[in-house]
Amino acid sequence: MSDEKLNLSRRSALRLIATTAASVPVIGCAEKVAEKTVEKAAKSAPVEAPRNPVPVRKAPLRSPTDPDLLNPTIHWDFVLEEGELVTLAALCDVIIPADEISPSASEVGAHHYINEYVSAPYDNNKADLITVRGGVVWLDSESKRRFQRPFTELDGTQKTAICDDIKWEKTARAEFKAGARFFAKVRNLAATAFYTTEAGMADIGYVGNKPTAVFAGPPPEVLARLGLDG
Amino acid sequence: MSSEQFNNQKEYDALIVGSGAGGGMAAYVLATAGLKVLMLEAGRSYDPVKETPMFNLPKDAPLRGGSTPDKPFGFYDATVDGGWQVPGEPYTQGSTAPGRKFDWWRARMLGGRTNHWGRISLRMGEYDFKPYSRDGLGFDWPIGYEDLAPYYDKTEMLIGVYGTNEGLENTPDSSDGVLLPPPKPRAYELLAKKACEKLDIPVIPSHLAILSERLDHENIPQKLFPDNKLAQEVTRQSMQSRAACFWATPCGRGCSIKANFQSTTVLLPPALATGNLDIITDAMVREVTVDKKGRASGVLYVDKNTRREEYATARVVVVAASAAETSRILLNSKSPLFPDGLANGSGAVGKYLMDTVGAGVSGQIPALENLPPHNEDGASAMHMYMPWWKYKEQLRGELNFARGYHIEFGGGRSMPGAGAFGGMGDFTGGAYGSDFKEACRRYYGSFVWFDGRGEMIPNEDSYCEIDKDKVDQWGIPVLKFHWKWSEQELNQAAHMHKTFAEIIEAMGGKTTSPVHSDGAKAIINGGAIIHEVGTTRMGSSPKDSVLNPYCQAWEVPNLFITDGAPFVSNADKNPTLTIMALAWRTSDYIVEQLKQRSI
Repeated sequence: MSDEKLNLSRRSALRLIATTAASVPVIGCAEKVAEKTVEKAAKSAPVEAPRNPVPVRKAPLRSPTDPDLLNPTIHWDFVLEEGELVTLAALCDVIIPADEISPSASEVGAHHYINEYVSAPYDNNKADLITVRGGVVWLDSESKRRFQRPFTELDGTQKTAICDDIKWEKTARAEFKAGARFFAKVRNLAATAFYTTEAGMADIGYVGNKPTAVFAGPPPEVLARLGLDG
Repeated sequence: MSSEQFNNQKEYDALIVGSGAGGGMAAYVLATAGLKVLMLEAGRSYDPVKETPMFNLPKDAPLRGGSTPDKPFGFYDATVDGGWQVPGEPYTQGSTAPGRKFDWWRARMLGGRTNHWGRISLRMGEYDFKPYSRDGLGFDWPIGYEDLAPYYDKTEMLIGVYGTNEGLENTPDSSDGVLLPPPKPRAYELLAKKACEKLDIPVIPSHLAILSERLDHENIPQKLFPDNKLAQEVTRQSMQSRAACFWATPCGRGCSIKANFQSTTVLLPPALATGNLDIITDAMVREVTVDKKGRASGVLYVDKNTRREEYATARVVVVAASAAETSRILLNSKSPLFPDGLANGSGAVGKYLMDTVGAGVSGQIPALENLPPHNEDGASAMHMYMPWWKYKEQLRGELNFARGYHIEFGGGRSMPGAGAFGGMGDFTGGAYGSDFKEACRRYYGSFVWFDGRGEMIPNEDSYCEIDKDKVDQWGIPVLKFHWKWSEQELNQAAHMHKTFAEIIEAMGGKTTSPVHSDGAKAIINGGAIIHEVGTTRMGSSPKDSVLNPYCQAWEVPNLFITDGAPFVSNADKNPTLTIMALAWRTSDYIVEQLKQRSI
């Protein structure tokens, strides 16, 4: 379906609503919503967060359960400090490094997403803030213990030496279990951050979110691979 | 409150509490029939055409659009001011023991839960109306499939449902020409179908309230309302304004092109276009009042903006606030004539609360690894499903549970959102670096999940009542829930897990979530499937039911209920389509009764 056709139907839809609203005497609610929206826009100029795709809004929400879905904003402050972000960026890039297909996690701002996530005012996020902050302290301490330098200054082999010990809680030695839980949390958050970007979606071959007139179903080569006739 | 304080100028034929599937359908049918209708909605006004985040990417939302207590189904979910908890509107539990808790999802907004629902539209079958006659458990409905069949046809024609007629047992066919063509199956759906052939499980096109094609606005209105020009005209306009699905962007966000069914895009616009419907939003209904003769005289509600109590009246009161909320309103409507709550002489109000049995297993399928990139978005929900297939075995007593379930399933190459590849660390034994990136490329699209949706048999231990110790922020006494699964549901949930593991194995894959033989471990909380029904059941006698076969209160002739509360059983078929068909039938009856001046 062409965009033109879509816009046309959307316009006619809007027209219908406009007509019906005009013929209704009582409602009065649409107007109230409109007032609220204007008021909110005046009070809350969004503040841009550095390199974060979602703007941070300092003004209170109309209601946390009824945010503006078309113009999303974040309503909490980011708490991680610059030093912590630098370490997380380095760790994110060990987990998701750049290669010939796509950039590294930090290149798409994964560490900023981790900051957004652990700063959020919900119980799960608060618990993860402790895991992540504690993990960063531990990672740097462990780096200095083994190699006399902070994690960000280690070479690839040295980073791997530490990460191999904490890559999976199930197989990690007792003294590395906490480190492994931290690593798993960062891996999960870095993966969410990375694979929700255009670069990450292209990497795995997500090709949807596009309007089409007909749902084509699997292409012939996919059917052939699966031994299906469609 | 006495009627002297009533300050509303306009006289209404009908007052409807709630604007979702049941309230929206009642408003549509009554307003197009020429009645003057007032609708009260507890939430705010909401317009999907203007407010739906179509195509918006997770990365542009807080927490990549992930679930929070404020937006439990994710940031972009259509539900606003709703969820498992509504601030200032608590509910309580009779017991916190395992398996005894009830989760209550509410959506305080115009259109209610129809804005985000799953769009799965399955008809109840012949067996489903007479379950007691078939196996001696639960209760029969006072009506049969044949009573509702014409309304299923009409509802499907009005809202638009895709699917096919397969002629399977207790899985009714629609009349010819009613259904829209289903979309083609996805790769993993075809693979599941092939695997299920080995297991004798039918896999057929699902029935979803999504327009795979535009509705025939020239002919359908005439078929729906042969003798009603007004209904034809507003329905034609409304149908004409709806676009066909363009196979992208999740239905749960709502649909600005009106390609799926929402009360706010399909029922309320034509009802408003008649000029016969007025809607007051932010109106939290407290109770239905009665006159000296015991007839419903009006409704007391709290205007949420002024926090003041208001009063509205009409000749007929229709309650469609959602099953539990509806029973709350009736139980809070106490008067000398109805000391135990309105229309509750039988004591059945709040009783026989049911949800759907839910249990799921996920797995990974090697055949789906490394497939060439292709677009699997489709209808953002299943194109295929498995209807219950063991009716005969059940009748012969070969299973340790009496009622069926259908299987919903998904997977494939969906858009990565919050939590994307979150399981990859465990799945790969801790991969990171280039191994991790390679694993994501290889395994993307190879994970599938299967969810059972099964029938729960009503029982004496599952009900809601007024909690005498607690009120909400509007001063209205709140509900306390009591819940208990029987062995029937637990055995069914265990059967689901076993079956899903078999399907995953037949697809050449391995399960990636626990497979429980203990049903208590497999089953999801009561209420969690958001199919709660019952609480003001219909019946053939005022002794043990609240409503007559037309959803009219036995004791209050001008009081009707059109949501899920009248349900006598809760078949595995998702309830929304039946709520709407039943609401249409009830509304036709109201029109008829008002014409005859019998109410």
